[in-house]
Amino acid sequence: MSACTLVSVSTVLGCHSCFRVDMFSKGTKRKFSDDGGEMSDESLGGANVSSSYNLQRQSLLDMSLIKLQLCHMLVEPNLCRSVLIANTVRQIQEEMTHDGSWQAVTEAFCNGSQSPSERLVATEVLCRSREQDAEPKLFSVISYEGCREEEVVADETLCSVSVSDAASNVCLSESVGHCWETGELRVVESDEETSEGSRLGPGDDDDDDEDDEDEDEVDEEEESSREDSKSMGQVFGTFEIKNGSSGPDSALEELFSDVDASYYDLDTMLTGIQSAPKMGPYDLLDSLAPSHGPPSLGSPSNCRSDLNELDHIMEIIVGS
Amino acid sequence: GSSKLNSMFTSVSPKADIISTVEFNHSGELLATGDKGGRVVIFQQDTENKSLPQCRSEYNVYSTFQSHEPEFDYLKSLEIEEKINKIRWLPQKNAAQFLLSTNDKTIKLWKISERDKRPEGYNLKEEDGRCRDSTTITTLRVPVFRPMDLMVEASPRRVFANAHTYHINSISVNSDNETYLSADDLRVNLWHLEITDRSFNIVDIKPANMEELTEVITAAEFHPHQCNTFVYSSSKGTIRMCDMRASALCDKHSKLFEEPEDPSNRSFFSEIISSISDVKFSHSGRYMMTRDYLSVKIWDLNMENRPVETYQVHEYLRSKLCSLYENDCIFDKFECCWNGNDSVVMTGSYNNFFRMLERTQRRDITLEASRESSKARQVLKPRRVCAGGKRKKDEISVDSLDFNKKILHTAWHPQENIIAVATTNNLYIFQEKVN
Repeated sequence: MSACTLVSVSTVLGCHSCFRVDMFSKGTKRKFSDDGGEMSDESLGGANVSSSYNLQRQSLLDMSLIKLQLCHMLVEPNLCRSVLIANTVRQIQEEMTHDGSWQAVTEAFCNGSQSPSERLVATEVLCRSREQDAEPKLFSVISYEGCREEEVVADETLCSVSVSDAASNVCLSESVGHCWETGELRVVESDEETSEGSRLGPGDDDDDDEDDEDEDEVDEEEESSREDSKSMGQVFGTFEIKNGSSGPDSALEELFSDVDASYYDLDTMLTGIQSAPKMGPYDLLDSLAPSHGPPSLGSPSNCRSDLNELDHIMEIIVGS
Repeated sequence: GSSKLNSMFTSVSPKADIISTVEFNHSGELLATGDKGGRVVIFQQDTENKSLPQCRSEYNVYSTFQSHEPEFDYLKSLEIEEKINKIRWLPQKNAAQFLLSTNDKTIKLWKISERDKRPEGYNLKEEDGRCRDSTTITTLRVPVFRPMDLMVEASPRRVFANAHTYHINSISVNSDNETYLSADDLRVNLWHLEITDRSFNIVDIKPANMEELTEVITAAEFHPHQCNTFVYSSSKGTIRMCDMRASALCDKHSKLFEEPEDPSNRSFFSEIISSISDVKFSHSGRYMMTRDYLSVKIWDLNMENRPVETYQVHEYLRSKLCSLYENDCIFDKFECCWNGNDSVVMTGSYNNFFRMLERTQRRDITLEASRESSKARQVLKPRRVCAGGKRKKDEISVDSLDFNKKILHTAWHPQENIIAVATTNNLYIFQEKVN
């Protein structure tokens, strides 16, 4: 039975509503087999497996960043919750740095054919976070929550994977898969039009798509990364703005009009004090990264100029 | 046999605000609840039939008062919620009762006193308070006390304010009956009950740079007998015991209780579910109990490296952690409590389920607090959750659980087998059936 039935937007005790993102209709899938074998395992199955783990991990990262940023505006955010989410983000980022997926994506985009302006923040984030000798605050075992047999979904790649030596099943992906499979992007406190416009892909995708995802989907990662830069960077990487024909700004404005940019600053979050300057989204990850060195050599200077453009977009979006 | 709970179903009106704390006083005669609207409602045990062996206790409303009001912090442009986070009773010293109630920022000491007589026969004023015309007074009389309908008054005696930058999560009265502690996310302060304009900071875990913050204080409590000892728990699943005699600032713990992580269960959610939501000493003072998201652990105060007992509350949720993270339920803070003789512990769960865990015989039972299942005098039926596979009759499957119906607050009468269980809007009081 789908875990989606048990997930309901909780409003009791001031819980904050969260986004439910349809990950697999147009998700952040990517294939690493084209990327110089950075993530290539022995077989195509292996690559698919690690892709789908990376996918899940990415979605968890996105979800966490959203949670940090979209806090209740009137009441001081819950510090314990913020700290726990921030720690989760750090864990994911450290792991991604460790297993090279940070670097892999960096290289793919820096050398890619897409214009740099469309790679903006994702690139910047990846470039700046990558360090050759990252601190070993890492988890050597990439293991997952125990997956109960009864909950195995049809798609085996999601459920019976071990990317490392861990014997336990990939229930993270399984449960995330459940989370996302029929969800539609719903923006809290926004009007119907926005919800409609922000639906990810066909609204009634179901499990069937998951089966096909690893085989014949295009490189969704690139597409979503394009959205990354448009939709304020890493955080919103999984959003696809369907009605963005008039450019990114208007749709985003609609989508995030009530989001206070000052909460992008994690430090702000933790101290509960609103700070005036708006920070670029890459700064959020920056403040989280325990160690981020200088940008890797692979990051060209066009990253920098694109940052200014991003800043500009941010200014427009938050209506300053 | 296992104790059966004869449900003496009592509930507050459905219009009541969300209950945020429940606490029996030291005798168990009074039961206080705090709610999201800043109100405190106190129930009193009906002692009429106590002598009878088959007595059923009823709890009736004794006093209701507004403890905290919403405030606005102009400096930060933020509201300060009036929600009552904790209530703690003081041991009774005289006819009046005293309790501490706290919201996120301010602790208040309330005096609850009864008045069942009133003076009558004043010379200079009428019974209704109007002044008498002095020219009409021809005789003098001595006012006397006459019985009146019982009136229960609650008056604020102390307000302990401006000592917490972060949200208060715990208060605990010391066994010396003179001091108490209050804990927020990063600090623990020590107060004297008589002194409101200053408190003593005894724990401070705030880092110099807030960006380095990775751990917060989640609960704190004084030892029930040793007035120099207290513990505080953290979001990383550790408990630190401190001795106030050792140093003024108790940043250095005297004991650190932590169980090593099980590497096979590691996930991105491991830390979150290890965060301790409640810590309670046993009445004996030899043990303490902690509640994290999925389990209850009992610690021997002499053994720091692992708990002596671990009970799974709702292990079937382990595979649902991502969903629970998404809907924020993973951050729910469940409380736990001991029974009078420390043989049973109790904690809440979802779907209005609560769990009673018997220590010596290692038995456990899941019960439900709902109107349908709690008709008066009916024995509560045990519930079972089907984690997967074929669902047996009477079992409920994990996916059918209602995660909006959570029981975060429970309390156990200090002497009798009477429990108070708070669902979102209702208070249930259950009593063991005496055969």
